[in-house]
Amino acid sequence: MATIRLSVNEKPHSVETDPQTSLLTVLREYLDLTGSKYGCGEGQCGACTVLIDGKAQRSCITRVGSVSGRQITTIEGLAHGDQLHAVQQAFLDEGAMQCGYCTSGMIMSAVGLLRRNPAPSEKQIIDFMDGNICRCGTYPRIVRAIQRAAKTSESASAKGASR
Amino acid sequence: MSAKSNSGAPFEPERYELRAAAPYRFDLDRRDFFKFLGAGVIVVSVLKPVIAAQESGGGRRRSGESLPEEIDAWLHVGNNGRVTVYTGKVEVGQNIRTSLSQAVAEELQLPIEKIELVMGDTQLTPFDMGTFGSRTTPTMNPQLRKVAAAAREVLLGLAASQWQSERQQLRLADGKVTDPKSNRSEGYAALLKGQQITKTISADQTLIPATNWQIAGRPQRKVDGVDFVTGRHRYPSDQKSPEMLYGKVLRPDTFNATLTSLDTQKAEQMGVTIVHDGNFVGVAAKTSQLADDAIAAIRAEWKSDPQISNKELFDYLRKDVGPGKDPSGDGDHFETGNVDQALTSADHKLQATYTVQYIAHVPLEPRAALAKWDGDRLTVWTGTQRPFGVRGQLAEAFRIPEDHVRVLMPDMGSGYGGKHTGETAIEAARLARAAKRPVKVVWTREEEFTWAYFRPAGVIDVTGGVRNDGTITAWECHNYNSGSAGIRPYYEIPNQRIVFHEVNSPLRQGSYRALAATANHFARESHIDELAHAVKMDPLEFRLKNLKNERLRAVFEAAARQFGWGKAKTTGQGFGMGGGYEKLGNIATFAEVNVDKQSGDVKIVRVVSAFECGAIVNPDGLRNQIEGSNVQGLGGALFEAIEFENGRILNGHLSQYRVPRFRDVPVIETVLLDRKDIPSVGAGECPLIGLAPAIANAIFDATGVRLRALPLVPNGLKAA
Repeated sequence: MATIRLSVNEKPHSVETDPQTSLLTVLREYLDLTGSKYGCGEGQCGACTVLIDGKAQRSCITRVGSVSGRQITTIEGLAHGDQLHAVQQAFLDEGAMQCGYCTSGMIMSAVGLLRRNPAPSEKQIIDFMDGNICRCGTYPRIVRAIQRAAKTSESASAKGASR
Repeated sequence: MSAKSNSGAPFEPERYELRAAAPYRFDLDRRDFFKFLGAGVIVVSVLKPVIAAQESGGGRRRSGESLPEEIDAWLHVGNNGRVTVYTGKVEVGQNIRTSLSQAVAEELQLPIEKIELVMGDTQLTPFDMGTFGSRTTPTMNPQLRKVAAAAREVLLGLAASQWQSERQQLRLADGKVTDPKSNRSEGYAALLKGQQITKTISADQTLIPATNWQIAGRPQRKVDGVDFVTGRHRYPSDQKSPEMLYGKVLRPDTFNATLTSLDTQKAEQMGVTIVHDGNFVGVAAKTSQLADDAIAAIRAEWKSDPQISNKELFDYLRKDVGPGKDPSGDGDHFETGNVDQALTSADHKLQATYTVQYIAHVPLEPRAALAKWDGDRLTVWTGTQRPFGVRGQLAEAFRIPEDHVRVLMPDMGSGYGGKHTGETAIEAARLARAAKRPVKVVWTREEEFTWAYFRPAGVIDVTGGVRNDGTITAWECHNYNSGSAGIRPYYEIPNQRIVFHEVNSPLRQGSYRALAATANHFARESHIDELAHAVKMDPLEFRLKNLKNERLRAVFEAAARQFGWGKAKTTGQGFGMGGGYEKLGNIATFAEVNVDKQSGDVKIVRVVSAFECGAIVNPDGLRNQIEGSNVQGLGGALFEAIEFENGRILNGHLSQYRVPRFRDVPVIETVLLDRKDIPSVGAGECPLIGLAPAIANAIFDATGVRLRALPLVPNGLKAA
């Protein structure tokens, strides 16, 4: 057991746990941030995706001891108050979900992608997102949502309103 | 086949997992319920016995047991003008929370945001057999419409008497009743004036015809979508309770194992609750990590008899027809004309065998339950398509009356027919009883792959007879194990013998989206293609020649137009189709594939589906279901198969069991045929059934290789 200091959604947390515990378990059990989901526990489905220093990572195979002091963003930290992130809004606008269980991981992966590549081609979207599973099969809508978000962000940044 | 098969709700023998369900049921205490609701209009829908019989799957009830008249839906117009609707149906991603809200909003002329659905809570909602069989839209949707229409009548009556107005001249819009003559207008809540009014729907409740729909019939996004994109929605596995412990169950090495020795000494030192009750061994601990560690510290030995592997599966299924399953009785045998004679006299006779493997549902949210005891009363939050069924299982497991058990179903991370049973509910409740604290059990992916149930594997023998002019004269079909849903041909064939053979399945099996219709349509639509080639006819022309059903013809023709059937092919390219009628819906799916003859790679390039399910309630939700069916269907069609050996699953990980991903998805085009003159039916299952045969037929078109086993190309075409 150890005391692990975490920065999640710009808030500091201190957790008493085995540093080997997965970040996903800590988020869900200790911090009650249940938006990140368990789907496979082996980094194969992407339902647990969070941003670590702005990069999309699988929290189920990330040991909590390895992310101490790094900036962790979960789905709960994406919107600013009632103002949804462009990717969240795009998922709503495209109806890019059915049961929605994969949605938070999809959105976090997409945000990670757009930070790295603000204007991805369709192929780049598909290649990047291939590690995220949607069992309901909404993939074509998710691709469209990411394209829409990229466009929205592009026009927003052209107006100097990007965050 | 059951004589009821054409009424749309036959007893489907592949729902093996339902047979163990407890048959007990107790009435709701209606008085408590009305007290709970308080003032406002309450409309009660009393279900007619005939509908109840369909909804519950008819034959499941023991003979002699009469069906009581029962209530199947409630609606409450509150003092605040908000409407709360109570239904035992559950939301699993098919988006009925949205489509049912649209139906109520339409009849009540109320903004959809003012409607809340309480779903699948055994204490608050009326009894419902379960959310399966694509029954919500054909049964619950019209019931809720009637309930809402009855509330509308009450509100109009109130306004007419309060204003001394002619009832006929009153108008409803946007949650208000308006009298255009006197220019008076009042919201629903104001009209109620705090009274409680109860009304029962009448048999001839007037509904708004589909041609006049304003809110229904239009695209509507998921009503609570914001909760899903922000991570706010709490799925069953996200539920928490103060003092809650995490539960974990010790699993045997193999199926059908008996515990022979157990050593929990080490685990006992870890500060956890340990339960040993027969073959059940589990722990409850303060953290999930500790629960895992404690389970790992337990030493156990199990014994089991040798069990078969999937290499021997199809021989086994043919051989091991279970005892007492006389195929000539029990509704599993259909015969018309003289099939033997017709096959002998046919110009072409073709015999072929088709097989399907066991596949897993892989709902992204695994089974989960949180259980909490209060004395001998039990409350469980769990992900299931049958909250009332799980209530029965819990009552039986703990020998308590059903009215001591409350099951709640928060909108869950999908099911696809795979969550009809209450395993985690029972496990969590057993651990919670011992720990005297609430306990949550969430299965791992490996547990879900191993200890849930599978879509049945099956062997299907088809013999078809056809005349030189393309008329099908004879059809004989034997299905071993995979089930009878969709087994009857919809082509006009005068001589038929259709037999479903029940088998003792080596693996635990049960429902799956579209049930056996996927296997039976794969066999039939592949065989139809083979017959068309035998008489050198175009597969579309051949189908239409033997098909009278106008609705099915319409979807085949619409899909063919959109697809561009008949266009020229390039090397490696292949076109194929498959379609049919299932769960009252009609589908035709056309596929374009590209086969690289060097590498054997098969790429699904484009899929076009035309679908017709009566009057469309939510066109966007419907498209989503059809696209999703085609994407999910790719897995079973191309590569999904459970591998097993001697009581063990060999590929029970997502790294080993391949499901469709972004890269697998072709261009998908959907054509909707909106029949406003026909009652709406469900769409979650039927659209799946056309894809596998369309792909198999397209591969044949591209290569001349006929594939008769699902999955078609788990390792590419060369290995097939």
